[in-house]
Amino acid sequence: MGRVNFGGIEKEVCLAYLPDISVGEYTIVHVGFAIARLDEEAAHKTLAMFRELGLLDEEFGIESKEVPHEVPD
Amino acid sequence: MKYLTEFGDGEMAQNLAREIHNITTKPWALMEVCGGQTHSIIRNGIDQLLPPEIELIHGPGCPVCVTPLGLIDQALAIAALPGVTFCSFGDMLRVPGSEKDLFRVKSEGGDVRVVYSPLDAVKIARQSPDREVVFFGIGFETTAPANAMAVKLAKQQGLSNFSMLVSHVLVPPAIDAIMTSPGNRVQAFLAAGHVCSVMGYWQYPPLAARHHTPIVITGFEPLDVLEGIRRTVAQLEGGHAEVENAYERAVNFDGNGAAQHVLNEVFEVTDRAWRGIGIIPKSGWRLQPAYREFDAAYRFDVSDIRTVESPLCHSGEVLQGRLKPNECPAFGKECTPRKPLGATMVSSEGACAAYYNYGRFHNIAAMK
Repeated sequence: MGRVNFGGIEKEVCLAYLPDISVGEYTIVHVGFAIARLDEEAAHKTLAMFRELGLLDEEFGIESKEVPHEVPD
Repeated sequence: MKYLTEFGDGEMAQNLAREIHNITTKPWALMEVCGGQTHSIIRNGIDQLLPPEIELIHGPGCPVCVTPLGLIDQALAIAALPGVTFCSFGDMLRVPGSEKDLFRVKSEGGDVRVVYSPLDAVKIARQSPDREVVFFGIGFETTAPANAMAVKLAKQQGLSNFSMLVSHVLVPPAIDAIMTSPGNRVQAFLAAGHVCSVMGYWQYPPLAARHHTPIVITGFEPLDVLEGIRRTVAQLEGGHAEVENAYERAVNFDGNGAAQHVLNEVFEVTDRAWRGIGIIPKSGWRLQPAYREFDAAYRFDVSDIRTVESPLCHSGEVLQGRLKPNECPAFGKECTPRKPLGATMVSSEGACAAYYNYGRFHNIAAMK
């Protein structure tokens, strides 16, 4: 068992399925069990790709169709 | 919390939505498998950001929704037995059986307890040797490792007063059944991210090839869902049918080896009835013969059960994506989360509950 901090609240979590996780890492917890390690590098790569998507549109002046912000009544 | 707010960024969501608009030229029907994704889509209005050509069909990935009625009635009968302490995840308590639900059993004096983890039920069994402690072990591949560990621990600790009523279901056979069902409209899948955190995605390439359907492993935050949709639409538009991982920070190809090892030790594959859908071959897990003494279905003789579904409830059609929740005549009238007719109105993963809780009383076309 280990202690996992959920944005301020600490809970006891079973680490049997992630025996090599170390203090300071992020994990996904489901019904009291850590089931996956969160790969920070992959998270940053994905976010960078999303950011690039917006920059590309601006750079190449791609005509953007209108995206509705709210559904009309 | 880390990597939750970042993946909900509004500006980047607009970028992704714009990109989806840019690449969409034809109508496409995508199924998000997991009820957690359905809730994210409806709560965040993701369906309303999409071009009108894209339809999201809500999948059967809600564990309490697909747990067969016969098994719920069995759970109700066991929970009402004297000497039994019945432990369950909270979602299950309001799921209607043929005559009542677990809340009713509790109000009638049954010892029904909500637990956060199956390990809590094992702890209760250890602390109350004079009680028969039964845990309602339902769920997909995400929940199964926890339930498997609870049974394994009970055996190791010689807890003869612990048992589990097991109704585990599996995603890949459900995808196969959906693609081969008559009248199927689904053309591609957003696969459930956390199921793949456990199982990896090595099971999916044969499915994508056999049905020529793109399968994109997708997370749950708004940007994750949009990215899953973007990659799926890109494949459909390009005529591809591949397995892609759009949830790289939590999923790799092999999945969690330690968890899969214990799953194989404790569970074996079995045919399983899905509520509202029917029997899907090899779509469930039950306890291995070596663990059968911990199977509540064997321990308690409650076989004389006749099931009756509400005639007003259309949850079967909702689960199969044939009906949107707000198209059901009983939606928000006879059926609400406080007084649900079907399991889809109960759970934090049920499609009807998502539509009700986030105010989707009309379909988008009717609003326009």
